[in-house]
Amino acid sequence: MTSLAGTDIVTGSIRRGPAARIAARTGGGALRIFLIVVALIWLVPTLGLLVESFRNPAQYANGGWWQAILHPAQLTVSNYSALLKNSSITTALRNTVFISVPATVLVILIGAAAGYAFAWIDFPGRDLLFLLVIGLLVIPIQIALIPVSKLYTTLGISGSLLSVILFHVGFGLPFAIFLLRNYFAGIPRDLLEAARMDGASEARIFFRIVLPLGMPAVASLGIFQFLWVWNDLLVALVFANQSSQPITVALIDQTRQFGSSIDILAPGAFLSLIIPLVVFLAFQRFFVEGVMAGSVK
Amino acid sequence: MSVAEGEPAAGAPAVGSSVLLEAERRTTGRGARRRHAPRPGGAPGERRWLAWLFLLPAIVMLGAILLYPLIYSIVRSLFSDTPTGAVRSFVGLHNYGAIFTDSRSLQAVKNNVYWIVVVPTLITIVGLIFAVLTERIRWSAVFKTVLFMPMAISALASGITFSLIYADQPTRGLGNAVAIGIHDTFSSSHPYPSVHPRDTAVFGGSPKAGYTTHQSYPAGSPVLLPVVGLNLTHPPSSTAQATAPTSGTGISGVVWNDFRLGGGGKPGAVDLGERGLGGMPVQAVQNGKVVASTTSASNGQFSFPSLNSGSYQLRLPSSAFGQPFNGYSWLGASLITPAIMVVYLWIYAGFAMVLIAAGMAAIPRDALEAARVDGATEWQVFRRITAPLLAPVLVVVFVTLAINVLKVFDVVYVLQQVAGGSAGVADVLAVTLFRDFGNQQYGLASAIGVLLVLLVVPAMILNIRRFRRDQT
Repeated sequence: MTSLAGTDIVTGSIRRGPAARIAARTGGGALRIFLIVVALIWLVPTLGLLVESFRNPAQYANGGWWQAILHPAQLTVSNYSALLKNSSITTALRNTVFISVPATVLVILIGAAAGYAFAWIDFPGRDLLFLLVIGLLVIPIQIALIPVSKLYTTLGISGSLLSVILFHVGFGLPFAIFLLRNYFAGIPRDLLEAARMDGASEARIFFRIVLPLGMPAVASLGIFQFLWVWNDLLVALVFANQSSQPITVALIDQTRQFGSSIDILAPGAFLSLIIPLVVFLAFQRFFVEGVMAGSVK
Repeated sequence: MSVAEGEPAAGAPAVGSSVLLEAERRTTGRGARRRHAPRPGGAPGERRWLAWLFLLPAIVMLGAILLYPLIYSIVRSLFSDTPTGAVRSFVGLHNYGAIFTDSRSLQAVKNNVYWIVVVPTLITIVGLIFAVLTERIRWSAVFKTVLFMPMAISALASGITFSLIYADQPTRGLGNAVAIGIHDTFSSSHPYPSVHPRDTAVFGGSPKAGYTTHQSYPAGSPVLLPVVGLNLTHPPSSTAQATAPTSGTGISGVVWNDFRLGGGGKPGAVDLGERGLGGMPVQAVQNGKVVASTTSASNGQFSFPSLNSGSYQLRLPSSAFGQPFNGYSWLGASLITPAIMVVYLWIYAGFAMVLIAAGMAAIPRDALEAARVDGATEWQVFRRITAPLLAPVLVVVFVTLAINVLKVFDVVYVLQQVAGGSAGVADVLAVTLFRDFGNQQYGLASAIGVLLVLLVVPAMILNIRRFRRDQT
């Protein structure tokens, strides 16, 4: 073993991790097969949902989705065409967009402004206030359900899209401020000083220098927050009403009669997850970075 | 992630799986941040009010949605409720006591403990294993993408997805289809569920008790054990043409299906076309006690060569006839919580793996190679170098999962909805809080909320300390 490792270094080979050693001992095949099996196990549930969503619902009683692979005649697009004619589902999908987009944009704008102030403007109590923001990172949303719903009643916005959006903005902010402040703090000081020397206003510095340079962090935050809001169930369950409910709430009511609602549930769930999935695959790097930075949340 | 490091400020979003590796290499840039900790110089006083202007929207939102609710809930938790949710009277800490005395919320507390004990540890270990195994695999980025994907999907969609797996009927639920497949491969305990004696003249008994011959047979005489009920259109592979027994030493005989397709055989005799039942357990019984047991060959023949004296009753035990294995009730009272935990594992394993892999990528290669050159075994390298250097990352993963598990709601709620009935046994505190909220028991719900906050306080302190350390 030692001599082997030695040769590796001599020949300038890259590091050989434990996995490589295990692979070398088992001929690599066993490890590879194991990982392929694991990956398949992770894919199968979603694949099953996709197949089921294209199946004639009458077939559900007769057997699981895998039967459709043997009998492709069971497949049909009628679930989707029926679903897209179902106004409560289409409204709910639209509501999901109308909630997710503003909640993401607002969190970015408000969070970036605060992050900039925390990073580059000196004011009394700054550090203490920022520690408070960090403390708020982990606060469970459950604590706010009752007081905020009472607050919304007072403000007269109960059940509206706005009520759901504002709640998401509030709970998205600690992480947004935390992430952006830390990123903005890495912007070279000379750049800002030079701009200030030139007499640029703080607003100008913020919009022209800090925000453009902070784009990677803004993107991470934006995607993270977008997926978070898009996928939310609890907040919408509490604050939305019949006309403002997003797709998650519209579908949860159907889950009680799982078997008989499968023609709505399977395609509905798939429609609700396809957007996040595409966003994830397209902007994977930003999402992973957002999640990794969010591992304090 | 720092601009100063020369990273592109706003690169086009990279597409494809290689970006995961990229993200990993950058490891959130914690180190970079530390180096560039801001030391904003003496800002002129005129900028101070500007700071508050920049902060104002955030302060308003945080105040209204986080701070005010925190204070409100603490106060409200000290008051009891009328049935319509109005404040009844000051009760001190009574609502907190009720969490631990009411049987339903106590069940939720127990489940939360169960979750906290099992899930973060399990997922961290699984993530570590996957991170180690994929370290040098060429397509590890694809693997990571696949495992990370569930993080992007809503708990509702995940719940519906897994309900398709957890359905009770083996024809519908993949879980039971697989479980039955595995069970039937490794166990043949009920080979002939539909088989029963041809007539009660030979046997007495029931499928549950097994069938025992009325008569006792002396050694040396061949015994005929006729049964019927075998599926003849699709006979099991364990059956074959029966062979009539010949007399020999000990007890011997044949157990066969005394009927052939088309009929025409002679009852009580082994005819052509009648199949012997292979793999049938046969017991020799003396004075009500099982003294020997054997299994028949596929032509139906069995023998007890060692039973040379005395006479014995023969029994076909119940294990041959019981109902076939029907799988598990995944969302039934006893399995629902573990079943939900599996969904949670499915969602978060990729998260743990990517974070740990990033941590591993940050370990200096020189140290590892040096140790290996010095003759350290792979295990020693892991224990002495990798594990200690990885420990902070493992702590972060564990704490993040612990916080999330404490607040777990969506996955539990969705699968409870699907399960219906006795699903209340899977309650966790967040679900109880939601129910109390729905029932307008605001004092009780507030108490649970405050309890959840208290439980995350250690994580809060950890975050603040970590931040202060990074700043210095």
